[in-house]
Amino acid sequence: MPTRTLRRRAPGLVLIAAAGLYSVVPLLSMISAALAPQGSFPSGLSWPSHPHWHNFVDAWNVANITTLLKSSTLIVFGVVPAAVLISTMAAYAIAVLDIPLGRVFYTVLVLTLTLPYEIVIVPLYEQVKEMGLLGSQWALVLPLIGLNMPFAVFWMRAHFVTVPRELSEAAGIDGAGPWRALWHIHLPLARPAIASLALLMFLSTWNQFLLALVLIDDPDKRTMAGALQAFTTKYSTDQVLLNAGALLIMAPTILVFLFLQRHFVKALLQGSVKG
Amino acid sequence: MRLTTPPATVQEEGATAARSRTRRRLRARRWAGWLFALPALAFYGVFNFRPVLMSIQYSFYDWDGVGAATWVGLKNYTEVFTDHEQLTSLLHAFYLIVFFTVLPLTLALITASVLREIQGRFTGALARTLLFLPQIIPGAAAGVAWTWMYSDNGVVNQFLHAIGLGSLARPWLADFTWSLTAVGFIGTWLSTGLCTMLLLAGIGKIDGSLYEAARIDGAGPIRQFRAVTLPGLRNEIGVCVTITIIAALASFDVVYLATQGGPGTQTMVPGVAVYNLAFNDNRLGAASALAVVLTLIVIAVIAPLQRLFREK
Repeated sequence: MPTRTLRRRAPGLVLIAAAGLYSVVPLLSMISAALAPQGSFPSGLSWPSHPHWHNFVDAWNVANITTLLKSSTLIVFGVVPAAVLISTMAAYAIAVLDIPLGRVFYTVLVLTLTLPYEIVIVPLYEQVKEMGLLGSQWALVLPLIGLNMPFAVFWMRAHFVTVPRELSEAAGIDGAGPWRALWHIHLPLARPAIASLALLMFLSTWNQFLLALVLIDDPDKRTMAGALQAFTTKYSTDQVLLNAGALLIMAPTILVFLFLQRHFVKALLQGSVKG
Repeated sequence: MRLTTPPATVQEEGATAARSRTRRRLRARRWAGWLFALPALAFYGVFNFRPVLMSIQYSFYDWDGVGAATWVGLKNYTEVFTDHEQLTSLLHAFYLIVFFTVLPLTLALITASVLREIQGRFTGALARTLLFLPQIIPGAAAGVAWTWMYSDNGVVNQFLHAIGLGSLARPWLADFTWSLTAVGFIGTWLSTGLCTMLLLAGIGKIDGSLYEAARIDGAGPIRQFRAVTLPGLRNEIGVCVTITIIAALASFDVVYLATQGGPGTQTMVPGVAVYNLAFNDNRLGAASALAVVLTLIVIAVIAPLQRLFREK
């Protein structure tokens, strides 16, 4: 880079470097505390002279990470495929099949798009209790499918309205019913939209805290984020173990993010623009 | 010769009948399309729409979740605005907007307009990764991270000592004066990266010749910013403002893990207050009333903003 452009770009680069540093310092500070000797009082940000990597193994065991990974995975696999499938079908019915009163249904969905979870949490608890689901993963899976509908249908409809009408009409002339048209013509085209939606839902489900806390009373059956609360109250005095455990709990999303970075960034940016 | 053709009226009648038959068949087929939407409608109705209505209904009752519920009219609502804890929680939510929305947006606008674009594939990927990290990790984990940052021997105090302001050091989240501001800065940390990336993506789409033209007209950096950048980013700014305001008003995860609303009620936010009322005090009606008020506030704030940022 020639010096002149470098000088012109320097302020921007300094700013972005500062922003990046700001984003990562809390995590670095957690790592530095997690590597200190157990029972000690680590301080802020310092690389310990003898990093105790074994702390992570201990935290893995006390925080029950194996169980939590299984539970979180179960919840994600219960929510995401089902929610993607039924929201895609509904958006197809609204946008392509043009079902009667479809616009009304869509408008209601959009109106409830920005409602905070606080407005549903109390009745949901009572409802799930009545259904006898309290304390199992179903207590979180079923409500999350329902709560994802406004955004998911909104997202998939936004895709379907960009598909040229002639395409479905051509399918109709060829004698393909709505099922075959959806399956063979629309789904292959919708693949990128579905992938982004699935990624966003994975993230929000995996990180779900409030609903997990309220609807599942056994911490071992919650999402990893939801279990964090039980873990912090238990080990609030042990900074070393607490930070090691919290790092393990956030590790899966960070790993998935690093592997699928490009897709995540695209999905998050699109997701927020559409939302 | 058209002798064999039926009289015009008959022909028309036949055609109308056929047309209405096809229309009826078409309409039946359109109704059949609901089979596709039915599962979504069912899940939405049972686990989303019904609970919203139930919350509104609960809010007019006194109910502990076990015994009989008694109708109390608007009592729960008057309590929202007279009870110290509930009322301050609402005021705190508005205060948090400064840190969740105003500050991140300002920082993001500065960064985006100075940087314009991130050049270089490696720098770009690195910046994206770092800036998105706060969005990727669970909010609850961010609460743990910042509890540690703000603790007695955490990074914040370490930094203050290092720059010679050690006298200001304190356990921030336990401090009566500063705890809410400290919680607010966690929100700043959560939102800044996302807003920056959004605005950078948006600014990249602004036609470079607009800046060229402004410069030829003699516009300095400030004028360029006001005449080109701000209007060009209208949509992205709207998105950033909407998301972060909802996050500020309805915050729960971070606050619950970092302070649970304490010390005293210094960092009490509506989300935590609803949780406490419902699941610690077993006052489902009061909790619902606060949730309804919070929801109305969210709508009242977001709806005009949507209109403001959407119109061309």
